[in-house]
Amino acid sequence: MDRIKQLAINDEGFVFDPLTGDSFTVNQTGLFILKKLKEGKTEEEILQEITGEFEVSQEEAERDLIDFIEKLRSYRLI
Amino acid sequence: MKKIYEKPVITKLQTGFMNKFGSSPLYARKIRKDIDGVPISELVEKFGSPLFVISEKKLREKFRQIYNAFSTRYPNVQFGWSYKTNYLKAVCAVLHQEGAIAEVVSAFEYEKARNLGIEGKEIIFNGPHKPVEILEVAASEGAKIHIDHFDEITDLEKIAEKLGKQIKVAIRINMDTGIHPQWDRFGFNLETGQALDAVKRIASGGKLVLNGLHCHIGTFILEPEAYGREVEKMVKFAYEVEDNFGFKIEYLDIGGGFPSKNRLKGTYLPPDVAVPPVDEYAEKITESLYSNLRPGDFPKLILETGRAIVDEAEYLITTVFASKRLPDGRKAYIADAGVNLLFTAFWYKFNIEIDREVQGSNEPAVIYGPLCMNIDIIDEGTMLSPLERGTRLIFSPVGAYNNTQWMQFIEYRPNVVMVMEDQTVEVIREKENLSDIEKRERLPERLKIK
Repeated sequence: MDRIKQLAINDEGFVFDPLTGDSFTVNQTGLFILKKLKEGKTEEEILQEITGEFEVSQEEAERDLIDFIEKLRSYRLI
Repeated sequence: MKKIYEKPVITKLQTGFMNKFGSSPLYARKIRKDIDGVPISELVEKFGSPLFVISEKKLREKFRQIYNAFSTRYPNVQFGWSYKTNYLKAVCAVLHQEGAIAEVVSAFEYEKARNLGIEGKEIIFNGPHKPVEILEVAASEGAKIHIDHFDEITDLEKIAEKLGKQIKVAIRINMDTGIHPQWDRFGFNLETGQALDAVKRIASGGKLVLNGLHCHIGTFILEPEAYGREVEKMVKFAYEVEDNFGFKIEYLDIGGGFPSKNRLKGTYLPPDVAVPPVDEYAEKITESLYSNLRPGDFPKLILETGRAIVDEAEYLITTVFASKRLPDGRKAYIADAGVNLLFTAFWYKFNIEIDREVQGSNEPAVIYGPLCMNIDIIDEGTMLSPLERGTRLIFSPVGAYNNTQWMQFIEYRPNVVMVMEDQTVEVIREKENLSDIEKRERLPERLKIK
């Protein structure tokens, strides 16, 4: 997850990858997850925080978190 | 108070790529909550998913719109409903009520039209394969038989002899109208003189009476001028036949091939821009009639428009069964209907609507069907907001060729309903069960599992 730590993330959801020069946008939930990943939290911890913060079921949040991480992987950010 | 949840999305910003239509903004999201006032949720709850939904209102509207485009320009117009486009009884019945006769291309379709209560003389019988038994039935019932090849002339002459009467026939011709591909496998070619040879052959036999000409220049034709050229050549040929052989050509059947507002794969412009309005076709066709017909001569103009009438009147409601992330990062959805029900997905990119408001920005997505087959893809690249399981996707237009070319492969075919003009909903084809599929099978006694 070290690649994540190098990302420049601002509060409006703009993400810059200094290694490749790529830029990304994330929505509010995506930003929330990215920040937690950057802090080094595990997926289990992040999941708990999502359900604590947002109005969402455990099942849906878990499904979406897995999907989001797969997407990060496809961008080679993880 | 917890925050409102939105599915997490990350999108890479692309620079250096031109996209004059921009990315998909909010207004590009297409939501459909009902069909003709009947909520999608109610339809699925009562009749299941997937579900084909036909709008009686839209079907009648499209028929009238296209028929009026021609009948207000020419005094002698007859529509023939192209059964192969959609031969569900209820669809045919609506169009017969509107005044269309039947246009069939096989023994099965002929029997279907008769079974629905259409008289033989109200049936146009086209196609390259008319087995002699059904041809005899059609001839004795006075159907409009359109001859496809020389062997059919021979068959019909034998039938005429057997019935002890002359049979009225038309011939199908094919020609160069300046469009590609040129359809040359049906009927007799005009430019090579084959069509004239067919007329000579019919005249010399003395058992058949030629009273019509038929041509069908192609499918999904986006060039109205091609029809103008078709009509010009047909009229000139009709007079050549009349002047030299003494036959009276009572009707010109110019076929169909008119496009619907569907989007052919690979076309850049949306159908609202790419597809000319029906009035343009009607204008070119009638203009060509008036400039080539002799004064006072108004042979019947027959049209066999199928797709243009029915395509936009039907929808397929499907449900997102599962989703996955592909290795290249695209989102993939598995819907409960695929190319088994949407045969035309191989050529057309459907309009996709969803049944609810969805939070989150659009991302590239692929929509797969339920089949365990690699080719089962309904849309290989579209922009969709993150969809949750159970979301309904509504595909349209799907009225043309899907209910006739669908296949029973590993899944049952679902209910087809019609939303009537009074907003009641009728099942017009019940969903299949195991006995439907197995009732023609026979298991030899010695193979039975004891």
